[in-house]
Amino acid sequence: MSTLGFCDLSIAYDGVIAVSGFNDILHSGEWLCLIGPNGAGKSSVLRAAAGLVKYSGSVAIDQKEIPATSAKWRAKHIAFVPQTPLMPENMSVYEYVLLGRNPYIKHFASESMHDKQVIEKVLMRLDLTQFAKRMVGTLSGGERQRIVIARALAQEAPVLLLDEPTAALDIGHQQQALELVDDLRREQGLTVVSAMHDLTLAGLYADRLVLMHQGSCVASGDAQTVLRSETLAEFYGVSARVHHEADGTVVVIPQRANSN
Amino acid sequence: MLRATDIFAQRAGTRVAYLSLVSFALLTIAVLVGTMIGPAGPQWWRVPIELANRLPLITVDSGVSPEEWNIVWQIRMPRVVLAVLVGAMLSVAGASYQGVFRNPLVDPYLLGVAAGAGLGATLVFTLRRSTTENWLIDPLPLAAFVGGLVAVFATYMIGNTFSKARSSATLVLAGIAVTSLTTAIQTFVLQRNNDVVRQVYSWILGRLSSATWGDVRLILPYVVFSCGVLLMHRRLLDVLRVGDDEATALGMNIRRVRLTVVLAATLGTAAAVAVSGLIGFVGIIVPHTVRLIVGSSYRRVLPMSILCGAIFLVLADIPSRILADPAETPIGVVTAFFGAPFFLLLLRVRKNQA
Repeated sequence: MSTLGFCDLSIAYDGVIAVSGFNDILHSGEWLCLIGPNGAGKSSVLRAAAGLVKYSGSVAIDQKEIPATSAKWRAKHIAFVPQTPLMPENMSVYEYVLLGRNPYIKHFASESMHDKQVIEKVLMRLDLTQFAKRMVGTLSGGERQRIVIARALAQEAPVLLLDEPTAALDIGHQQQALELVDDLRREQGLTVVSAMHDLTLAGLYADRLVLMHQGSCVASGDAQTVLRSETLAEFYGVSARVHHEADGTVVVIPQRANSN
Repeated sequence: MLRATDIFAQRAGTRVAYLSLVSFALLTIAVLVGTMIGPAGPQWWRVPIELANRLPLITVDSGVSPEEWNIVWQIRMPRVVLAVLVGAMLSVAGASYQGVFRNPLVDPYLLGVAAGAGLGATLVFTLRRSTTENWLIDPLPLAAFVGGLVAVFATYMIGNTFSKARSSATLVLAGIAVTSLTTAIQTFVLQRNNDVVRQVYSWILGRLSSATWGDVRLILPYVVFSCGVLLMHRRLLDVLRVGDDEATALGMNIRRVRLTVVLAATLGTAAAVAVSGLIGFVGIIVPHTVRLIVGSSYRRVLPMSILCGAIFLVLADIPSRILADPAETPIGVVTAFFGAPFFLLLLRVRKNQA
């Protein structure tokens, strides 16, 4: 149950600006989805919040700025699910999820009973108990995604960052993964930031969309406000129709250039 | 194939206690056999009896003369103990290097410790070994030790200067560059001093034959310290298996962990190399054999590498004494000659089980 604030966040790689002056505040339990074309800076914002890239400006949890030096403090408050996690094939699911407890374990100590109880609970919640002894290398794409989310939950962080959580999944598993995140968010009051390419799914699940372009936020609001064909044409260079369902769902349908 | 390792690893957890007991037993047997076999000295079966006799409260007549006991205690024993220390050190350092660089092919010589030690030793040999041997402190292990440390230090400085990134690739490349440069200097020095080529060559192949209790005392503190530090990092090495980025996101200071592990492993390896030369192969084959047996978690791989490395080198040292009796076969040749087929056999057995 925590708010997440970005204040004047700027990121540069070797002098090339990736994100400039990004500001946003998420209230507790909100799901924010970053959208935008490739290279817009979505991943960079997430990676900065996870402490993986240097940045200027600040990232704050409950108005408390994250100290740049304490990786452990950050990991207790922010869990990060990368786009393509590195999965050690010969590690058991249990060992893998246990890695999420690292921020709570002293440098040279080993995990406590409490850490193990947290893992049991997380595995139970995600229906992974029967997988506990399986090797990560034997799992399917959808199962892998679930154990990465399980590892993030084991961090017991109030903020969850997801970089392209559905990129490698089929449509069924995409839905499952996002439903899972949505359920967890409601149960545990997680504040979620995800970067996504699928605009329809983004609009369907997020409370709010932020459209990024060349490192800055160019539009923010709910799906109806942000997903408009003129906006998409301008920033994605895409020719697309935006269809509004009766229930408020916004569907983005790409169009062929010379279709009639 | 993964299914098989899967089932295998399920058992691995419960089998670890059993396996370490077996390993301890094997190590004891290997050490005993190591003290029993060799040219000259008492009949082999008398040695354990005499060893028992030396234990407090036990008196048995073994029929070993004081001269024969000297051969056992002053020549064979330090050699076996040194094999234990060097084998354990090279194996655990190899496993740690593989963990910290996330590359199964690296050995503890990756960052230039071997080349640096080789250069240091070569320089001492060119100073005429016959005179330097009688110096107050034998400069050979010292030069090898310092050479190895300097080379790795150079690698680390270069690697960090050229890249601010967290990537370990620059460090590995710097290691390759430093190794090439050092080897080039060594070759140049050797070209100008043809007379020591044979001595340097035999040093490079590694040997335990000249081991003394002095050598054991020399490296014991480094090996104990280094093994201790590496063992303390076994859980962190498991965290590092998910890559630098994710380990950082999990709250780990990977630069610090990598630096500490590399330093500890290098210190121990340099000490081992200083007294035994370059014994190849142990640092790669033992950790991989251990992984095939106990799975790939570093919590099990590191302690088991220490045990199995010690066993392997003590056993490898036995044929090196008797194969070409009365001459010594370099132990580096033995480790590769017996280690490689054993490893291939093990890989094959695993594959057939799948």
